Amino acid sequence: MSRIEGVLKSLKDQGRKALIPYITAGDPHPDQTVELMHTLVKAGADIIELGVPFSDPMADGPVIQLACERALKHGTSLRQVIGMVREFRKTDSATPVVLMGYLNPMEAMGYEAFADASADAGIDGVLTVDLPPEEADDVAPLFSQRGMDPIFLLAPTTTDSRIKAISEHSSGYVYYVSIKGVTGSATINVEEVAAKVAHIHELTALPVGVGFGIRDAKTAGAIGKVSDGVIVGSVLVDTIARHQSDPGALNKALYDLLYPMREALDSLAP
Amino acid sequence: MSVKLTDDMLKALPDSRGHFGAFGGRFVSETLMDSLMTLEKEYLRLKDDADFQAEFDKDLADYVGRPSPLYFAERLTRETGGAQIWLKREDLNHTGAHKVNNTIGQALLARFLGKKRIIAETGAGQHGVATATVCARLGLECHVFMGSEDVKRQSLNVYRMKLLGATVHAVESGTKTLKDAMNDAMRDWVANVDETFYIIGTVAGPHPYPLLVRDFQSVIGRELRRQSMEKVGKLPDALVACVGGGSNAIGMFYPFLTDESVELYGVEAGGLGIATGQHAAPLCAGRPGVLHGNRTYLMEDENGQIAGTHSVSAGLDYPGVGPEHSWLKDIGRANYVSVTDEEALAGFRTLTQVEGIMPALESAHAVAYALKLAATMDKDKMLVINVSGRGDKDIHTIAQLDGIEI
Ligand SMILES: Cc1ncc(COP(=O)(O)O)c(C=O)c1O
Repeated sequence: MSRIEGVLKSLKDQGRKALIPYITAGDPHPDQTVELMHTLVKAGADIIELGVPFSDPMADGPVIQLACERALKHGTSLRQVIGMVREFRKTDSATPVVLMGYLNPMEAMGYEAFADASADAGIDGVLTVDLPPEEADDVAPLFSQRGMDPIFLLAPTTTDSRIKAISEHSSGYVYYVSIKGVTGSATINVEEVAAKVAHIHELTALPVGVGFGIRDAKTAGAIGKVSDGVIVGSVLVDTIARHQSDPGALNKALYDLLYPMREALDSLAP
Repeated sequence: MSVKLTDDMLKALPDSRGHFGAFGGRFVSETLMDSLMTLEKEYLRLKDDADFQAEFDKDLADYVGRPSPLYFAERLTRETGGAQIWLKREDLNHTGAHKVNNTIGQALLARFLGKKRIIAETGAGQHGVATATVCARLGLECHVFMGSEDVKRQSLNVYRMKLLGATVHAVESGTKTLKDAMNDAMRDWVANVDETFYIIGTVAGPHPYPLLVRDFQSVIGRELRRQSMEKVGKLPDALVACVGGGSNAIGMFYPFLTDESVELYGVEAGGLGIATGQHAAPLCAGRPGVLHGNRTYLMEDENGQIAGTHSVSAGLDYPGVGPEHSWLKDIGRANYVSVTDEEALAGFRTLTQVEGIMPALESAHAVAYALKLAATMDKDKMLVINVSGRGDKDIHTIAQLDGIEI
């Protein structure tokens, strides 16, 4: 069982929901990322999605675009991001880490080299925004063979036959993109999401995480109720941007934002 | 390494997943997959639909003014002292460039799909103008995304788009040029996917765009074949076209791919010189990667971040290129070369002064290379330059370089 499967199974057994925060590696500075990851765990993160900065983040709104620009200004490379996870693993061997990014930096590094280095550093899953399963035949098996979970996205526009096919290519969990739009844009419609997630659950046995549009404890709780976990991104990255020049204040602000979401999710447990 | 291409080989490309050999494909976020698959299905149906094709042909004739002339540049030929130089006059099309061939086709598709809201990206503004034009004609809502750098250097076209009723969105992210305009167009598309048709301006993007844009632009090469048989009684020996995303080049080349005697030359933007790194020549100096929905040659750094580009011509200032060109390069069927800003500007002046034809700065790259090439060819050979657009939009840039305020 992968570390991701283990964590999600134990949460499920307790009737609890996963809290999955996203931050962009290297933002506001590469030296701060590992500490921020530990802060996320202290605030209740079950799994961390660590963004790999890319020059052309087509699926992201302005908040994460700017995070990528800040990280790239300091030269944050994919190899460095893998190094950050290796560093994180020195003191945390329990919290799964999923790399989330775009395909080209992985292609430039070489898929074998990337898969080897990632598995060796203790990375647990890879989510590539611009890699649909149709194009993943040469890539996803490299992750699976090394015990890492290939994680794919489902969208409001995904048809039933695709939901099934995509789930068959995925392990760990599937990520349901709750809105039509880029990260950090519209607000989420809880009823629509509830109906869609219930439908996805009929088509796959995999846990379903829901992301895009979760900005506070209230929505986290509402979405947690109807899914297996919530993914929180832009609002955290926005907080990082606002405290970029004050690392001390930044860790506290991030904790203060995330912890109430943990509480909201745990209040759902029996 | 050159492969003899046959009609059967070409018919099999792209394959069902949009691949041209190792290139192309569909690398987009999941939200767009359903739309792209619907578009592919509908296009493959309409491609062979007599009514659709008849309407397309009629619009190209009566609205665009096709066929565009094949013109013998007699004086230029004499002064160059080599092959006979002919010009395929896409600059005479309505709206001033080849771009309109494609926007007519895609707007027809949008109408068949019942989409009322159109988005487009643009670099030089020619594709934006061509899109705004067909939207005005069909009464469609039009949003054009354009890098704020390009908004500055192509202000005339920005105003034309506004006059035509389009909303122009100046894109401030990244390098503020064509690639960033395409990023923002994709972002808009994801958010408004149900009601929106994205008219991509070149043979790049996810499958089926490289296929359908190539098909719509192939009217250039089909006409050229016929005109060349009528006027000269043989096929040309060399074709020369500039390559930004590659749509005017593929449109010219495609109907000649199986004619081995016809040499193909795609001219990329060499900017300040390939050695300086300040250029936009991915086929000459890049390597394969994935951007904007397809695998193709790209300009990138060693970490896979997309590199900034430079060209005096906004329409060529793009770090990628259509996947079919990447394939043609790798199988050795087409030659990809580059000329610098300076050479292109000289090409602009030569064609203007010797033939009274002012080419777009994009097309001036093809002119500049063709003049060098023609000089090395025998006098009985025939070379055709694709004059992809006219230079009116670039007068400000040229005047500025001359230190003149207009
Ligand atoms: C006149 C003209 N030629 C060429 C291009 C480059 O595009 P493509 O390579 O797709 O023909 C442009 C793009 O704006 C253009 O306006």
